[in-house]
Amino acid sequence: MADLKTIENLRDQISADIAAADNLQALDNLRVRALGKKGSVSALLATLGKMTPDERKVAGPAINGLKNDIAAAVETRSAELKKAELEKRLASERLDITLPVRPGPLAQGRIHPISQVIDEITAIFSDMGFALAEGPDIETDYYNFTALNFPEGHPAREMHDTFFFNPDENGERKVLRTHTSPVQIRTMEKEEPPIRIIIPGRTYRCDSDQTHTPMFHQVEGLVIDKSSHIGQLRWVLEEFLKTFFEVENVVTRFRPHFFPFTEPSMEVDVQCERSGSEVKIGTGTDWMEILGCGMVHPNVLRNAGLDPDIYQGFAWGLGIDRLAMLKYGMPDLRAFFDADKRWLDHYGFRPLDMPTLFGGLSS
Amino acid sequence: MKFTIDWLKEHLETEASVEQIVDTLTMTGTEVEAVEDQGEALAAFTIARVISAEKHPNADRLKVCMVDTGKGEPVKVVCGAPNAKTGMKGVFAPAGTYIPGTDFTLQKGVIRGEESNGMLCSERELMISDEHDGIIELPEDAPLGEKYAEYAGLNSVVIEVELTPNRGDCTGVFGLARELAAAGVGDLKDGSVAPVPATAGPTPVPIELRFGPDEPQACRMFAGRLIKNVRNGPSPEWLQARLRAIGLRPINALADITNYISYDRGRPLHVYDADKLTGTVHARMGVTGEKFDGLDDKPHEVDETMCVIADDNGVLGLGGILGGVSTGCTEETTNVLIECAWFDPMVIAATGRKTGIVSDARYRFERTVDPAFVKPGLELASKMVRDICGGEPCEPAIAGNIDIEEKVIDFPLSEIKRLTGLSISAPEARAVLKLLGFWSAGSSDTIKVAVPSWRSDVAIKADLVEEVMRIVGLDKVPVEPLERLAGVAKKMLTPIQNRRRIARRALAARGMDEAVTWSFVSEQQARKFGGGNGALKLANPIASDLTDMRPSLLPGLLGAAQRNANRSFTDLALFEVGQVFADDTPEGQRSFASGIRTGTAGLLGSGRHWQSSAGAVDIFDVKADMAALLNALGIDMDKTQLVAEPADWAHPGRGGRVQLGPKNILGWFGELHPLRLTELDLTGPVVAFEIDLEALPNPRKKQTRAKPALNLSDLMPLSRDFAFIVDTDVPAGALLKAARSAHKNLVSEVSLFDVFEGKSLGEGKKSMAIEVTLQPRDKTLTDEEIEAVSARIIAAVEKATGGELRR
Repeated sequence: MADLKTIENLRDQISADIAAADNLQALDNLRVRALGKKGSVSALLATLGKMTPDERKVAGPAINGLKNDIAAAVETRSAELKKAELEKRLASERLDITLPVRPGPLAQGRIHPISQVIDEITAIFSDMGFALAEGPDIETDYYNFTALNFPEGHPAREMHDTFFFNPDENGERKVLRTHTSPVQIRTMEKEEPPIRIIIPGRTYRCDSDQTHTPMFHQVEGLVIDKSSHIGQLRWVLEEFLKTFFEVENVVTRFRPHFFPFTEPSMEVDVQCERSGSEVKIGTGTDWMEILGCGMVHPNVLRNAGLDPDIYQGFAWGLGIDRLAMLKYGMPDLRAFFDADKRWLDHYGFRPLDMPTLFGGLSS
Repeated sequence: MKFTIDWLKEHLETEASVEQIVDTLTMTGTEVEAVEDQGEALAAFTIARVISAEKHPNADRLKVCMVDTGKGEPVKVVCGAPNAKTGMKGVFAPAGTYIPGTDFTLQKGVIRGEESNGMLCSERELMISDEHDGIIELPEDAPLGEKYAEYAGLNSVVIEVELTPNRGDCTGVFGLARELAAAGVGDLKDGSVAPVPATAGPTPVPIELRFGPDEPQACRMFAGRLIKNVRNGPSPEWLQARLRAIGLRPINALADITNYISYDRGRPLHVYDADKLTGTVHARMGVTGEKFDGLDDKPHEVDETMCVIADDNGVLGLGGILGGVSTGCTEETTNVLIECAWFDPMVIAATGRKTGIVSDARYRFERTVDPAFVKPGLELASKMVRDICGGEPCEPAIAGNIDIEEKVIDFPLSEIKRLTGLSISAPEARAVLKLLGFWSAGSSDTIKVAVPSWRSDVAIKADLVEEVMRIVGLDKVPVEPLERLAGVAKKMLTPIQNRRRIARRALAARGMDEAVTWSFVSEQQARKFGGGNGALKLANPIASDLTDMRPSLLPGLLGAAQRNANRSFTDLALFEVGQVFADDTPEGQRSFASGIRTGTAGLLGSGRHWQSSAGAVDIFDVKADMAALLNALGIDMDKTQLVAEPADWAHPGRGGRVQLGPKNILGWFGELHPLRLTELDLTGPVVAFEIDLEALPNPRKKQTRAKPALNLSDLMPLSRDFAFIVDTDVPAGALLKAARSAHKNLVSEVSLFDVFEGKSLGEGKKSMAIEVTLQPRDKTLTDEEIEAVSARIIAAVEKATGGELRR
């Protein structure tokens, strides 16, 4: 019969061996030699069957305790060895994190400032319940001028350096629209008031220098109902300018002016600070003209089939390219249409910079 | 239009500051362009005497002058003016003075070995005229050491205003004074003109209007007056100073008087040397071929659309625009005919445009001159001529007459509030109108308002609203929020607007830069890309390469590629979303989204990279762009037809079109034709696509926004690979389609993972390998069932492609 001394000797022997095992394979061999079918501890366990109950009462717990302790010691050592092995592997695995990656398409693509600014304008007016309307670039003389109360031969027509097409068989010559205002007429002809629209689009004048290009972009606004007046026009424009330029306050100055298609007509100046070619809106003491507006002229309403004694409303127009230049600081309008990659990458907007009122117009 | 504060005060009794005057003009609708304090700009220029002027020892054309400036030691000045001489008085600027006429600051210097500490100035250097033949010579009594500006009356504040085309009345200082008076800045002085009695009997110069019934009545009234025995010479100093201050060069008394009245009253006049006239002076339409030499020293030709003034010898000048040299007044003129006429604004504007002549008379007549001021204008001119040049006036001769019909507008005062939101009392509104020269009558809510003769621009109620509002002040209009319409706002964008917006973001998200290029291209480019329609050709293009409305977005993008390539940027991914033109109707304008990739600008980036260098772009780069764009717009490219018939701009074997049917083409893609590359001076490869955003079908109206139930199987999918050997011209699409439809219930996905051509396969053959995923639906498939499906797939592909399974 195995006495307790033998058991303790065996425990000391195996424990020492486990502690000395320096790899998982050696540890496993030890485990088999102790706890395997023919292992030393298993051999001790086999002696229990031949013992008297009294002997077993003493030896049983001792041998079983030995078995459990050895198993636990193997487990502990195994965990230690695994940890050491992992540490060794991790220590040897090193990547150069400064190796550059491809930036990917989202980082490379750019939205043109004109599109971005149109989206910004759209976001603002969508909150005021406006819809977006549009019309053709190639217009008839009627929609571009006559319907808008530009009488034939009137000098006001000459303020627009118009691009013409060749006359057709009836002697009528179409024009490239000189402003987005023809869409006012087209919309009023189609839709019943109340009308609240903005009209962004391409416009054309035969003119070219640093601040004029033969093609440019305007956004027109039109409100027609039975009550809208200049007080509300002021509110709409002031709210728009403040929101668009993302400043706390914009000081405006409405000056009487002349446009054939509005009466009364006004130009709007904003207070700003100029230093060199840079213009800051929302501060300063200079004035800068920014847009034209007015109450839709009774003749224009009549031309669109509306009775000016019942319906009334206001309209305004401003240059999108110019708004972009003022907000984002491009110095030269001509570069907008040159598609110079360096310019597009510098002044363009990231694809997911989507102007919203909930997320902010610009990031 | 320029005027000085002093001049303004001739007509306006006011103590207002310059700032107040400028602000009031601005806020009542007269835009102030510039305010210049001449005294300030010329403060450093003083009156000096030339003590001695000796020839420069080292230069024939220069003189060395000792100048007495009135204080301190004499100053040595080197001067190049031929008229510099000992004893003269002139205008001196010390070193350090900014010289406005030449835009530089004068420095001390040594000129050819002689010291120079200042300058004797010409009129041009002071910017008071164009005179630069010599330095200013002042009379002996000019006060030494005094500021020249003060002495010459150039100390005025000059205001330049920009007038809108509707305000003829503001082309004269008197009209501006009336505006200011109405706005409370002072009191308007009496501007009435007393007739000048005729002392020389009836006029010997007959005046006529000769317009046929079919011709425009271009001159409706022509008043002329002969004044005998005048002495023409320099006009008085006050008149010269006044003209000089606003940038006009004094000529002689008669000319200066006409210029003065033009600016003072907005009433252009013309003076003829009566001794050079022959027969009847008359206004008529011109005849092609007629010519005259203008007072602008240029020859001019006239035609049937222009109104001329003529005598029996022919055309004298263009009525209301420009007089002629042949009958012009000179210092020798003794008998003068003054013309005060009224010309039709439309005719003047048209003639002005056609001839390009810019004159003070045209500026006023095309804005409409007060038709009631023809006779008073003539009297005013007669008075000034008599006062300044002496002489005996004949009786005026007047041809024609303008029926000045008084415009009376029924004006409900409620219109002011209706259109502006401004609350203003009836008496206040009427007081404003009265100050502007309108008469009102009636005591009900609707009053009658008579429009003064000088306000041709006022015709309707809304015009009167503007008059009241602008004088009361726009800042008095209360700001009021625009009320929301009931309900949540509808979608702001139409489907096509939304498509354009999505297309932009989708293509930018594919790493492409959005370009905005001209809507017009050259005719050659237009033809190459399907355009060249004569109706889309501009009659007056701004440049020879911007003549035709673009039929495609590609020419603009390719032009951009070329410009970028010239700056050595050859890897480009560019797109544009915008309009193209098939014809000149609104329907002929369509929205396209098109893009190009050049060099190595693929989806993941361009150029070399340690992980994977980008190869040359090919049509599959743009096919992927198209697929992504269509997907973003809700269309699955797998469900469209791909036809290997590319657009004309593409390589015939490397490109195709995407369509839903032969009549519903969504777009094209391909490699740019080598000839187009050569024409554009581009080195390849360039691949491109265009999508017709308007051709895309509108999504069907759905009953519900809910998506169909998600049908997930618990059974594991399994996949099998097959390779087929087919003829090289068999399209992959045919093979994939056959495999997909071999067993619709079980085949859930087919992907092509290898395409291979090689000698081992034989000439004209290729191998295509596919992975087919099978998704069991209600039970695990047995080996036999899998075998059966595989056999069906093989049979279907072999049948569709004429190929065979590669074993």
